[in-house]
Amino acid sequence: MIQDLLLTAPFTFLSAMAIIAMVVDALIKNSARITFLFSVITLIVSGILAIATFGQHGIGFNGMVTGGGFASYFDLLFSLGGLLTIFAARSYLQREGIEHDEFYSLVLFAIGGMMLIGHSNNLLSLFIGIEIMSVVFYVLSGYMRSSIASVESSLKYFLLGAFSTGFLVYGMALIYGATGSMDYNHIAMNITRGSLPLESLLPIGIALMVIGLSFKAAAFPFHQWAPDVYQGAPTIVTAFMSTAGKAAAFAAFMPMIMVLMPAATAKLQMTFAVLSAATMLIGNISALAQTNIKRMLAFSSVAHAGYLMMGLVAGSQSGYSGIMFYLTSYMFMQIGSFIIVGLLERRGEEHLEIADYAGLSKKHPVLAAFMAIFMFSLAGIPPFAGFFGKYYLFTAAIDAGYLWLTIIAVLSSIISVYFYIGLIVKMYFNESEKDMPDTEIGLSGMSLVITIAGVIILGIMPSGILSIANAIFGHSSH
Amino acid sequence: MPHTDSAGLLFLPLFLPLLGFLSILFIDRVQEKAIKYVTLIFSMLTFFASLPLWFAFNDGLDGFQFYSNIPWIPSIDAGFRIGLDGMSLLLVVLTTFIMPISILASFEPIGKRLKEYYAMMLLLEFGMLGVFVSLDTMLFYVFWELILIPMYFLIGIWGGKDRIYAAVKFFLYTLVGSLLMLIAIVWMGLYAKWTPGGHFTTDFLILKQLAPGIQVDIQIWLFLAFALSFCIKVPLFPFHTWLPDAHVQAPTAGSVILAGVLLKMGTYGLIRFNLELFPQALYEFAHPIAWLSVIGVIYGALVAMVQTDIKKLVAYSSVSHLGFVVLGIVSVTPEGLQGAIIQMVNHGLSTGMLFLCVGVLYERRHTREIADFGGITKVMPKFAAMFTIAMMASVGLPGLNGFIGEYLTLFGSFQSKFLNNPWYSIFSASGVIFAAVYLLWMFQRVMFGTNDNPKNHGLTDLTRSEYWQLVPLVIFIVWIGVFPKTFLSKTELYAQTLVGSIEKTVLGTSAYPKIKAQKIQEHVNHKSGH
Repeated sequence: MIQDLLLTAPFTFLSAMAIIAMVVDALIKNSARITFLFSVITLIVSGILAIATFGQHGIGFNGMVTGGGFASYFDLLFSLGGLLTIFAARSYLQREGIEHDEFYSLVLFAIGGMMLIGHSNNLLSLFIGIEIMSVVFYVLSGYMRSSIASVESSLKYFLLGAFSTGFLVYGMALIYGATGSMDYNHIAMNITRGSLPLESLLPIGIALMVIGLSFKAAAFPFHQWAPDVYQGAPTIVTAFMSTAGKAAAFAAFMPMIMVLMPAATAKLQMTFAVLSAATMLIGNISALAQTNIKRMLAFSSVAHAGYLMMGLVAGSQSGYSGIMFYLTSYMFMQIGSFIIVGLLERRGEEHLEIADYAGLSKKHPVLAAFMAIFMFSLAGIPPFAGFFGKYYLFTAAIDAGYLWLTIIAVLSSIISVYFYIGLIVKMYFNESEKDMPDTEIGLSGMSLVITIAGVIILGIMPSGILSIANAIFGHSSH
Repeated sequence: MPHTDSAGLLFLPLFLPLLGFLSILFIDRVQEKAIKYVTLIFSMLTFFASLPLWFAFNDGLDGFQFYSNIPWIPSIDAGFRIGLDGMSLLLVVLTTFIMPISILASFEPIGKRLKEYYAMMLLLEFGMLGVFVSLDTMLFYVFWELILIPMYFLIGIWGGKDRIYAAVKFFLYTLVGSLLMLIAIVWMGLYAKWTPGGHFTTDFLILKQLAPGIQVDIQIWLFLAFALSFCIKVPLFPFHTWLPDAHVQAPTAGSVILAGVLLKMGTYGLIRFNLELFPQALYEFAHPIAWLSVIGVIYGALVAMVQTDIKKLVAYSSVSHLGFVVLGIVSVTPEGLQGAIIQMVNHGLSTGMLFLCVGVLYERRHTREIADFGGITKVMPKFAAMFTIAMMASVGLPGLNGFIGEYLTLFGSFQSKFLNNPWYSIFSASGVIFAAVYLLWMFQRVMFGTNDNPKNHGLTDLTRSEYWQLVPLVIFIVWIGVFPKTFLSKTELYAQTLVGSIEKTVLGTSAYPKIKAQKIQEHVNHKSGH
């Protein structure tokens, strides 16, 4: 028991703390300040625990979860994402007048769900993790209770999310039917041994699970919810969902692929390749037409899911390391840009049009410079983190023989540059038409400094993260 | 093998602009004078720091000098690998030389957002120097793209009326090319991994050894991916359409840098990557590229002739002049190659000077229409003298720099066994005549005739600052024209070695007709007989 708890320390600690935070909420009035501090400490400690457990190996709780390496990396990533989010959330929520006490404990619960996804070694624990995360997201996206858009976003997300969960569960059931186990290791063993009695169910099960997870990752053709939900949800929640949520989806994807790959290597790879190509093209082309900045970033987030899937297509050590690197850098640049959007936003969906950013560089030179760096990084221009992320994924895809996919990725990056630098054109080359709001940066500044430092350091010195990621997936490159 | 002697010399001029960039960020934006002078001082220091390279460079050594290799991203074997050969030495010194002049030329015209402007100038210099010294494909790519950002802002913020259109066009054009190059870079790294016992690498020197082993049909694709990126940058006809827009909209200093250095990144890349790595593919594509450059020479000249805007005229003259450079490159003769390299420097000096002269006129009259001027010589005699030199250098008057470069490239392409067709030289030679026509005609309309526009009566002659921007350029224009050996000697060995190795590689391939191989063999024998 102790062994099991130690193995999953970041997750168990954080979950326990989340429950305590919830109780504190219920007992103390106006506890936002307390829960905020409590969450900050919790996230820092769980981040440290994640680092401490990195070297561990093995499975715990009767094979339900794994620990160390892969899981620890994601624990750290989610803690970081949570920290960046709640630092920025405090002033944002106050500005919008929605700082209800339970926000921070909800964020902790979501992170707990995500961590469980990273730790899961069994379809059941995977499902529980996904559900915990999703339910919190349904609530958080409707957090701006007085805003119709926010409520609509929540409802839409809930209905479609529940629908997609159906696919996921059905897929899991079929895989269980075909292989006779829920445990990843047993599934893998049974597949390699061959001669499964109900083998024909396996591909259908895999397909249904891919559909369910693609929904969570906002990949084509299951991305339709993303723009509406991301636009309607409170900006800071969007930042959290579109980064940590996406990372969680890939934390589910990667072990699943590794387990199921022997069953359907070529077909599965090809399916992912087609999905990936369609996702990035649709995401980027749709983003071109957007006038609302949150919607633009939402479609761009769809496109980034497409790039990330290139790593799944490659299905190799370098592909998975590329995904890890990309998710990390994506977290910095996407949360960073949403924080700036949140800082400039005004109550009642004001100041969210791209046109409103005209002349930003004069009024807020530092914010504009940061935003420009985030945009260049999202567009994949060196020397920023986004470039190296793309570089690794491209390399992995070409190495796996998917040159055509890389060429499509390059073409869609070129499309994406147009709207990313379009925002820079607005901020730097156009004069402002209306008054730019003053803004109090406050604690968001912390998040901004961390994100900008992340984008630049990962861009100039990418080798640290990469060698960690390589260590996770072993040096068995083919 | 690369030579590592006094490798430290290269770091100072490379990193001084970056240091300058960082210092500018910490100066308060109201301290406009301080910002200007700090930038100028840093760019001058960079120039002086690059001079020791010139003197320490050993003309008689083959391979890269001042080579250093610092690990950067071990997992993909990318390193901070830098070094210089004769070609990059010339271009590095050209860059450090042009920058202080451009910065000085910005003092008067640039009136808004000085902090951003001068920071961008130094970042640009850092990027350009980085491109010329990188001996690692990854590092090269990072520097190559790094230049996009400052140049994009320079055009977009401080440019003319249609600056946004020009800036976005510049950005997208360049990016389309460079992303294809990125795929080629990745592919080459993977090729190194796929070879028995190999590992992924971006080390240019290793890739150069491996490149001849790549199948010819794949080499052709790699060649095209690199060439497209570079030809857009040069720009070679028909990829030139971004250039006039960018030039016309950019501020004077931006145009000077664009013409002076940025375009050379394209021709530099053609030599460094396309020639050095894929000689066989080059052999397949020498003719189409040569035709495109000849078309560029003539087309650029003809379009320049009908321009009514002086700056646009100079911009199209760039298209024409760079056609010569590319022709010299694909001729693959020592003369052609040396001519191409020296012509890169020449074009930087003389076209840069022409843009400065256009800037002088624009500052006074806020127009660049040829029809608005006339008889300027009478009111601005000093300026007239300078403008004459710039124009004559650009036309290719013997005794000035342009003549040497054009002569060598034409000579090289004429006797090229690779092209084996004298018509390229004959057609491009007409470009020299056209250049005389459009430049002299423009000069006559602007500078001579009657000064009958009252607005042109009271124009002041060159200020001291303008004078000192132009004089250093004149010195080098005359120097190269009269005594080119100072500069040619730097690239002599490089050109000969490269041409020799290309001929050897192409000869060794059985895919080519015997007769052609025979001819090249004779050529080689002929050469070695000397």
